[in-house]
Amino acid sequence: MSESAPTTADARRLAKEARDRVRFEEEALELSDQVYRVARRLVGSREEAEDLVQQTYERAFRSWRQFTPGTNLRAWLLRILTNLNIDRGRRQQRTPQTTSLDNNEAGDYFLYNKLEAQLPDENPDEERVLERLSQDSIVDALADVPHDFRDVIVLVDIGEFSYADAAQILDIPIGTVMSRLHRGRRILKKNLADKAVV
Amino acid sequence: MNDPCDECEAMMQPFLDGSLSDDEVALAQRHLDKCRWCAKRYRFEERLRHYVRVAVSEPMSPELKERLAALRTPL
Repeated sequence: MSESAPTTADARRLAKEARDRVRFEEEALELSDQVYRVARRLVGSREEAEDLVQQTYERAFRSWRQFTPGTNLRAWLLRILTNLNIDRGRRQQRTPQTTSLDNNEAGDYFLYNKLEAQLPDENPDEERVLERLSQDSIVDALADVPHDFRDVIVLVDIGEFSYADAAQILDIPIGTVMSRLHRGRRILKKNLADKAVV
Repeated sequence: MNDPCDECEAMMQPFLDGSLSDDEVALAQRHLDKCRWCAKRYRFEERLRHYVRVAVSEPMSPELKERLAALRTPL
């Protein structure tokens, strides 16, 4: 009987590990909708986004032991995803560098001012001003933001990650997240003003 | 002397992100309380962020969902 003690402990350990693994996989799968939504806007096409998400889950399930329980699993998955995206040579993506940043220095009120000026009423409410933007062209306006800026917009404004999480996911300082975010949103608004007005 | 509306415009993004100091928030708030022009642009920005988030949100296909579920370790 003396030999059975370690065996029982081993069995218990293995059972626990199996349970932990099942739990990890379930939690990761519950986040897949959110992971996909972010992925879809980080890359140019649905096919790329689907491949990327699938590869992310394959890698995550292989390296699940590297995840620290209690930390942000969604951010961990997105970190894998952005690394895979970089490995895939993301530079081929649709990111027209012709957007001169000098032309994007319009202030933060620029879009509103432009939309409001096109309405006949003196003092329209914000909702009516917003309706001047076509939903479909918002996708294009975002896709046309240069990717360094777009990545932070997608993570923070679409994925609702904190600055700190976005910094970790992209492996850049928080200050860079903030400056790219602020500038990126202005570029997005400039694109919206140029392209998305109904 | 800077225009207070320009200053308020410059504070809009960090204000809405909640990343201003208490003093800066108070400064912006004092201006917004009396300036409907800026207040309206702040409200628009808030609505715009939501509008963009909804507009670019594309749900995952059921096929991909199934493929991901199939990656689980068999019990």
